[in-house]
Formats: sequence, C-alpha cells, structure tokens
Amino acid sequence: MPTKFEVNGKPVSVNVEARTTLADCLRHHLRLTGTHVGCEHGVCGACTVIVDGDAVRSCLMLAAQAEGSKVVTVEGLSNDEALTPLQASFRRHHALQCGFCTPGMITTAHALLSEEPDCDADRVREVLSGNLCRCTGYISIVEAVLDARSAYKKPNGNA
Amino acid sequence: MKLPPLEYACPTSLSEAVALLAAGGGEARALAGGQSLMPMLAFRVVAPALLVDLRKLPELREIEISADGVRLGAMVRWRDIEDDERLTAAHPLLKAAVAHVAHYQIRNRGTVGGSIAHADPAAEMPGIAVTCDAEIAATGAAGQRTIRAADFFLSALTTALKHDEIITEIRLPAWPAKRRWGFREFARRRGDFAMAAAALFYDQDAAGKAINAHVGMIGVGDRPCRLPEVEALLNGRTIDEATIERAAEITSATVDAQEDIHASAAYRRSLAGTMVERALRSAAA
Ligand SMILES: Cc1cc2nc3c(=O)[nH]c(=O)nc-3n(C[C@H](O)[C@H](O)[C@H](O)COP(=O)(O)OP(=O)(O)OC[C@H]3O[C@@H](n4cnc5c(N)ncnc54)[C@H](O)[C@@H]3O)c2cc1C
Ligand code: FES
Ligand code: FES
Repeated sequence: MPTKFEVNGKPVSVNVEARTTLADCLRHHLRLTGTHVGCEHGVCGACTVIVDGDAVRSCLMLAAQAEGSKVVTVEGLSNDEALTPLQASFRRHHALQCGFCTPGMITTAHALLSEEPDCDADRVREVLSGNLCRCTGYISIVEAVLDARSAYKKPNGNA
Repeated sequence: MKLPPLEYACPTSLSEAVALLAAGGGEARALAGGQSLMPMLAFRVVAPALLVDLRKLPELREIEISADGVRLGAMVRWRDIEDDERLTAAHPLLKAAVAHVAHYQIRNRGTVGGSIAHADPAAEMPGIAVTCDAEIAATGAAGQRTIRAADFFLSALTTALKHDEIITEIRLPAWPAKRRWGFREFARRRGDFAMAAAALFYDQDAAGKAINAHVGMIGVGDRPCRLPEVEALLNGRTIDEATIERAAEITSATVDAQEDIHASAAYRRSLAGTMVERALRSAAA
C-alpha cells in the first residue's frame, strides 16, 4: 500500500505490504539500517524511533500508521562532521560496546532530553527501563544521558 | 517473526469502523496502540484478515472530568493520563496504577481501550476498572451498550465484547476528595506486567470507620477481581495494624491464584497478601 511520510526532514513515499512494520520499512525499503531490530515484539527497545516527537517502538507500528507523520531515526540525530553532544557523551562514558542497543538508547535519550532537560537519574533509569543492553551494565549509559543534559537546556534558563 | 499477511483500513468515522468489523465477521480486528496486538501478530497467536485502525477517530481521545466522574476515551494513551494534572485529584488511584504500566515508548502508544479489550490478567487498567465499578461503553452493529466491568472480563484475554463492537469509553464513578486509597504492585523490573498488585480504597464514616471498601487484585487469577471477604472485614472497622494484618491473611487464604512461568500459585497467594497489606498501610497513613 502506498504510504507517504517524512523521515529525518525529507518526504518519503513507499509502497509496502500492509503487514510491513515501520522498522522493516525503514531498514529494507528506505535502507536506513541504523534502526536495529532485536526482538520484533516490543521488549528490547533497539528499534526505537521518534514519531511526531514521541519515542516509539518501530516494530510495534505498521508503516501504514506513519502516514503523514514526521519520523526521526538515529541517522537523523547525527551529522557528518562531528559527534553531536549526545553521541560525544556516549563516547566519553563508554556507554556502548557492541552498539546493537545504541540506536534505541540514542533516540530514547534524545526524546527524553528534548522534553525534560532537567530530568534526574531516577527518571533516566525509568525511561531507559524499556531498552535492553547486553553489554554495558547500564550505569555508563545513564551517566552519558545525564551528562548530555546541558546540551538540551535552552540558553535562557532551564528550559 | 514477521506479521502474517493482512489488510489495513483506517476509517474516519466510528460507524465506518464498526461496519468494517461487522463485515469482517470475526476476521477483522480493531487496532489501537498496537502494543499488545502487534506482538500477538508477530507471534502469530492471531492472524486477522483485516486491521481496522482507530487512530482517525479523535472523539475517542478525550479525557472528561465532571461531577459524575472520569470518562476516558478508548484511545486515551498511558502518556495522556500521566500528563493530565487534573487526574491527580480527580482519580489518584487511576493515576497511581497507570504509572506502573509498561515502558516509556509503549506508554506513548498504548491505550486504555486496547488494554481493556486485550484483558491481560496482569494489566493495571482492567484491575482499576473492576476495583472502581467502572462502566465500559461499546458501539457495535446492534448499537450502543454499557457493560459493567464486573461482567466484562471473562478470563485471560477473553471479554464480553462482540467481534463487531468497539469500546468507546471507560467511565469511572466520581472520586470523593477524602477517600482513602492505596496501590501496590510487585514486578521483577520497572514497567513489567504485575506478578501481583493490589488496588483498594475506602471511605470513612463520622467515627472514622471504613465504609464502602473496594479491594481489587491484579495479576493473581485469570482476570482482575475484588476480594469480598477482605472488603467485609474492612467495612465498619478502624484500619489499624491488627485489621491490616488480618486483611493480608484473608487475602492469601481466599484469593484465586494462577501458576505460570513467573511464579507458583502459592507464591502468588503470599505476594497478594503482602500487596494488600502494603496498600492498606499506605491508605491508612
Ligand atoms: C514490553 C511490553 C510491556 C508491557 N507492559 C505492560 C504493563 O506492565 N501493564 C499493562 O497494562 N500493559 C502492558 N503492556 C501492554 C500495553 O499497555 C498495551 O498498550 C495495551 O495492553 C493494549 O493497548 P493498545 O492500545 O496497544 O491495544 P492494541 O494492541 O492495539 O489492541 C489490543 C487488543 O484490543 C483490541 N482493541 C483495541 N482497541 C479497541 C477498542 N477501542 N475497542 C475494541 N477492541 C479494541 C484489539 O483488537 C486487540 O485485540 C506492555 C506491552 C509491551 C510490548
Ligand atoms: S525490535 Fe522493537 S522492541 Fe525489540
Ligand atoms: S552495547 Fe551491546 S547491547 Fe548495548
């Protein structure tokens, strides 16, 4: 079925089977393989993307349901020249090892910090509770997200 | 796994959505947040021929608070309840229970109507509906009807809803300002389904004795239930330490507990008592 939406600021138009998940559409049809698929049934969080500002699991959404939406993937949260503050913080804190969970961690953290740049460690842990990581033990990820908060605060105060 | 082949429709009116479900004759299913249905499709536990997406029915997204209580449109998301400041006073038990539902990303899509229709025995919303004597409004090919929560949940993943019916709203009766309440849940990890949870409230008479006690249990049996023996104990009594301990004992002795991969029935019975004890203690505090 023909579906139009926006990915990382660019309009896209795809023709997919109705059963195609947004995750598979991004990876196979749009070749945006930054979005990872771990479990395909909603428990690991690796496939997290941002749809109209909300972090969601792209394996639990049909591509057809993204019609008319603005989708941001991990590719949309990087730039070619240098690491973004969030990426740099992940690097500084060793918040990734194999990197499989990282796209989901980055998209989730970005959605959180964009809305709540003053969140505390408890809130970060609560929000990341839906993202599994087999490598790091999570502590470094929580530290990286906390350390990136300053980059999300509005210049005129505490957002 | 990949989902089974299916068709997708996104109607823009409730009557059109009902007509699609009716025409599908049991082979069509409503799609709300997809946070339970998509995993079931991925596991191929269900393989409907048609999904009828409810996302273009804005009338199902409203939260209305009045003297009659709280009306939650079926497409209200966990996130919407979390963000609605009015609910802290209008229905603190609902707000507290929903804080335990799933994870951040799932909360951005999962809906109250989907949770009620899905009827997972360990889900918080069906438990709140049963504890609070909620009414569930549904519209089908035969018209509208209202189903009491007590009559709605038949067993795990099984409800009184007909295949062509769409839940439109959940109505929770008004919440008196002075009502005492408690909610306690045990899950292995934040956001996981409850291994056992207690949702309860009572009002107090002029002498400070409990009246109108409602004690609900989630995640223990094959559906959410009330505990009439515990309610009978509480009514007419001061909720002191002795009463709380007795309530926990009666809970463990009377609750109908299921065994599954997460816990034995004996463990669940014991946990149920502990949850009632802690919820009562917080209600009485
Ligand atoms: C990892 C994970 C953890 C979770 N943890 C919890 C938890 O701790 N507690 C909890 O309660 N839930 C939990 N959930 C489930 C989540 O809350 C779901 O969102 C919810 O159970 C179903 O809502 P939905 O809108 O996503 O419904 P969907 O998945 O879209 O639909 C579920 C079912 O309801 C039917 N349906 C949906 N809307 C209607 C309607 N208006 N009228 C008639 N039928 C309808 C569908 O046909 C389907 O059969 C979890 C889910 C995941 C993936
Ligand atoms: S792949 Fe989507 S949550 Fe695991
Ligand atoms: S870095 Fe390997 S899964 Fe997280």
